Amino acid sequence: MLKLEKRPQPSRAWTYLTPVLAVVVTMLAGGALFAMLGNDPVEAIRTIFWEPLFGEFASYYRPQLLVKAGPLILIAIGLSLGFRAGIWNIGAEGQYIIGAITGAAVGLAFYPVDLWVIFPLMILAGALGGWVWAMIPGLLKVRFGTNEILVSLMLVYVAEQLLAKMALGLLRNPEGRGFPGSRNLQQYPAAHNAEIITGTGMHWGVVAAFIAVIFAYVLLSRHILGHQIQLAGQAPRAARFAGVNPARLTLICLGLSGALAGMAGMFEVSGPAGQISIDFNVGYGFTAIIVAFLGRLHPVGIALAGLLMALTYIGGEIAELNLSLPAAAIQMFQGMLLFFLLAVDVLTNYRVRLRTAEVA
Amino acid sequence: MDLSSISPTLLLASLIVAATPILLAALGELVVERAGVLNLGVEGMMITGAICGFAIAVNTGSPALGFVMAAVGGAALALLFALLTQVALANQVASGLALTLFGLGLSALLGQGYVGIKPPPTGKLDIPMLSDLPFLGRVVFGHDLMVYIALALVAAVWATLKYTRAGLILRAVGENHDAAHALGYKVVRVRILAILFGGACAGLGGAYISLVRVPQWTDGMTAGAGWIALALVVFASWKAGRVLLGAWLFGGITVLQLNLQAAGAAIPVEYLSMSPYLITILVLVIMSADKSRAPASLGRTFHASQ
Repeated sequence: MLKLEKRPQPSRAWTYLTPVLAVVVTMLAGGALFAMLGNDPVEAIRTIFWEPLFGEFASYYRPQLLVKAGPLILIAIGLSLGFRAGIWNIGAEGQYIIGAITGAAVGLAFYPVDLWVIFPLMILAGALGGWVWAMIPGLLKVRFGTNEILVSLMLVYVAEQLLAKMALGLLRNPEGRGFPGSRNLQQYPAAHNAEIITGTGMHWGVVAAFIAVIFAYVLLSRHILGHQIQLAGQAPRAARFAGVNPARLTLICLGLSGALAGMAGMFEVSGPAGQISIDFNVGYGFTAIIVAFLGRLHPVGIALAGLLMALTYIGGEIAELNLSLPAAAIQMFQGMLLFFLLAVDVLTNYRVRLRTAEVA
Repeated sequence: MDLSSISPTLLLASLIVAATPILLAALGELVVERAGVLNLGVEGMMITGAICGFAIAVNTGSPALGFVMAAVGGAALALLFALLTQVALANQVASGLALTLFGLGLSALLGQGYVGIKPPPTGKLDIPMLSDLPFLGRVVFGHDLMVYIALALVAAVWATLKYTRAGLILRAVGENHDAAHALGYKVVRVRILAILFGGACAGLGGAYISLVRVPQWTDGMTAGAGWIALALVVFASWKAGRVLLGAWLFGGITVLQLNLQAAGAAIPVEYLSMSPYLITILVLVIMSADKSRAPASLGRTFHASQ
């Protein structure tokens, strides 16, 4: 009989090993899943993880890696701060949508003026939109003790409806012959989040993501706030005695994650997506939760995890095209990854021992 | 706007239909939370139940078998959660989220061939005399069997928690797992059983959406019903009777806003569609003033060594 024995300290080695192990186990289980769907499992896994990087059309797919990883990393960095402190912002998808709406709205309001200041203003507006949307669960939690998980999630559905309303109403392209969707920001140079270096996929959102990684790293390892976040998560009572103000921490964590998610939405809508449309959001806000956990809530880990998740998105698209693997299979694959990660995580905190026959 | 087109009889009858899925899911989650476990995967289990029930009903032509398999499907997914949180001692919040993300993917995968198909109709209970009564006939006696099963389940859960030994043990485990363990109760076993029950209930609720309420299959069709069910448990202060009340309230709001949409209200459709979610938030705010009702061990990991 196997028995779990709590480790006095979480194992350092396993902390680094578990994400790798989880990816390997997911590949095996995913392979089994793809085999059940009638695909060659080795070919499917190779298509997802190898093809985008080194395959025949890799030069086309590689830039996509940064395009997709940018928003994932940006959102996940924000989420990880809260998750570390035990503050669960599950509604990043909603903050992402609102950030996109406010950011695009500012850009569209200036149309067709050509000023350099427009794009920075849009970034600010996007961050502000996401921040406001995250402040709703934040303030309700601080003031009334309302569960932030449920409120932030409910606001995703509200944001989706608001997006539909904006795409059909206020922000609709006046020259769009009545079709839903806003003007295409890609055709409005002052508001376009263009590639900074052609052919790399590097746009301002990716730059922001890397800045966020560095910022979060410094915050967590060097700043008192980072210390308070970790303390509040690991020992809430000790944090209270150390003078950590839980309300302030809740608002800061939710606000930061909301602002980053909003910014990610704005970068997406003004760049790769181009316009506000009913369904421009593709669930980055939810996938970012997986990214945050896969990266062990550590900024550098999140950057790596974001790139890996981006890879599964692109590889999934290729597999859909070449092997007609359903898109849902990839979604399930990503869900499985989080599952296995949580499961193997037991090895970090517990030691598995063989139980010898106990004598009472 | 033409308000006269809204018939109160139909409104009440469809209210009960709209309330049933969240009632079932919330009831299951209530038992899980009373055992001290927070399973945020209700949405994932519901949508899995929805597609399991739908697929089985379409293939066998029997909605009853569909519902049974939906419960099995929901419980199977819940078993994954139970293994993660009770055996591998993973974080419950993260595991619940994983369950939802996984369930949404799984259901989309299973449901590929089922878009646009009509399921076999679920028979309505037709009691001679009673169902023909002018108002009560439609509202109270004119539903399918699942509505009554759900109501019976509310009574059963209420009575079990309040009056039986099993209910007492379940509550003890939820209030203080260390004390329950010291008394010799199998904390992990009780919790796993509760989680399985919760999964089965969520599966039934999901199948009710795909087989009766809508009835057809579309990706992500539960559209947050699982999350509303979670909110409902808080609203009900972890009491079975109040879950029923809450489910009717939410069912009423959903039906009313749909009716207003159909009647061409001056409020844009999108704002009406938001209303159930906004009202859920409002209710949560009102109810969260009193935290004392929550099971004391809710969401805490149990390991016998601690």
